Amino acid sequence: MTVPTLSIKNLHKSFADNQVLKGIDLDAHKGDVISILGASGSGKSTLLRCVNLLETPTSGDILVNGELIEMKQDIKRGAIPASNKQVERIRSRLAMVFQSFNLWSHLSVLENVIEAPVHVLGVPKKEAIVKAEALLQRVGLYERKDYYPGQLSGGQQQRVAIARALAVEPEVMLFDEPTSALDPELVGEVLTVMRDLAEEGRTMLVVTHEMAFARDVSNKVLFLHQGLVEEQGKPEDIFTNPSSERFKQFISTVY
Amino acid sequence: MDFSIILNEYQFYLDGLWTTTWLVALSLLIGLVIALPAGVLRSHPNWLIKGPIWAYMYFFRGTPLLVQLFLIYYGVAQFDSLRESWLWYYFQEAWFCALLAFSLNTGAYTAEIVRGVISTMPKGELEAAKAYGMSRLQILRRITLPNSLRRALPAYSNEIIFMIHGSAIAGVVTIVDITGAARVVNARYYAPFEAYLAAGVLYMCLTFSVIYLFKLWEKSYQHQ
Repeated sequence: MTVPTLSIKNLHKSFADNQVLKGIDLDAHKGDVISILGASGSGKSTLLRCVNLLETPTSGDILVNGELIEMKQDIKRGAIPASNKQVERIRSRLAMVFQSFNLWSHLSVLENVIEAPVHVLGVPKKEAIVKAEALLQRVGLYERKDYYPGQLSGGQQQRVAIARALAVEPEVMLFDEPTSALDPELVGEVLTVMRDLAEEGRTMLVVTHEMAFARDVSNKVLFLHQGLVEEQGKPEDIFTNPSSERFKQFISTVY
Repeated sequence: MDFSIILNEYQFYLDGLWTTTWLVALSLLIGLVIALPAGVLRSHPNWLIKGPIWAYMYFFRGTPLLVQLFLIYYGVAQFDSLRESWLWYYFQEAWFCALLAFSLNTGAYTAEIVRGVISTMPKGELEAAKAYGMSRLQILRRITLPNSLRRALPAYSNEIIFMIHGSAIAGVVTIVDITGAARVVNARYYAPFEAYLAAGVLYMCLTFSVIYLFKLWEKSYQHQ
């Protein structure tokens, strides 16, 4: 067995008295495309945000390429990362695509894409620009490279955000409902790019409501319910033969 | 009404214009140097850091500029220990006291502007910066400050205008700025209307230059 690119072990997360995640295990190997489904409030976004420590897990382990993210106990705040340096280094290897794009509004499209490579990873600027232009070409926005995020449509912004994610050559790409904030006619262009990425063997964790994407593109589906994994497996198995009553209900209401 | 006296004494006004300009410009510069760290650290969780900043901003925003200037120019001279120290060399100069009072005053107001724009920074953009592995200092330098700058421009141009107008009290402590020049001319010819009208016109020229420059500056951000 090879070391999983990302490994989550017995992950718990509470906000005050509210237990959101109650023990999640998940392994992602290189090239895995894992869709995480669930009703709102099931904890799926929290799970994704724990992976790069935008939320601090209450307990449990996260390993990236076998490297454990060290935690320590703080009297006031509970579990916190032991080393900010380690967290920053690991975050720079995981790229996140957000529901609301979160492009940096004071930077042009091109500057958005080269920001992390140049200022976090230390890539020479010229090199980063060449690569960024190729990535923008790929998501079909090379002509818009000098525009600012505010001048683009939602779908275009999300494609820039994907180029920004690709620019750091991430070990794992984290997608947090990447199409939920888009007008229906713009969803397709983003999904097409994501489909492409899956086909070229990127490791992806995708929180989504797009059933067709989960069924056709991912090789593993996780269905969360009230902070626990209620159903998981290959999409062809669980969509045709769900073992959990709740998942059955879920797909019947969403479809 | 005789405006020829203004033309005869234009040299006074030019000198006054120059004094007002450098006094205000230098105060704004020093104020900005104070305001940036003060505004950023104002929201620091540690009271030992934010406490003194809070007190500084509270005092200088809570009292009139004229009182601050009197405290520094007249008040400080009351302390023998200061009069005997090397600091006296500076504190006996009216221009130094005015510069100090103006700088501390605009520093406090600008710090509040800085605190305000930083606290309304779009949360998602900060989260993205974190998610891509930037350190706190990098986020501040690369994301928060440049993003906040353009949102601070309207409030800051106002602060500059207040400073230009507020600087008129420098004349009270013997400095011959624009208002000081008007006072001298009035004393010589007893023509208060002409003398102060000329001063008003000069302040207006300064103010509208600032407004115009900031308009251009804000326009350059409009695409964002």
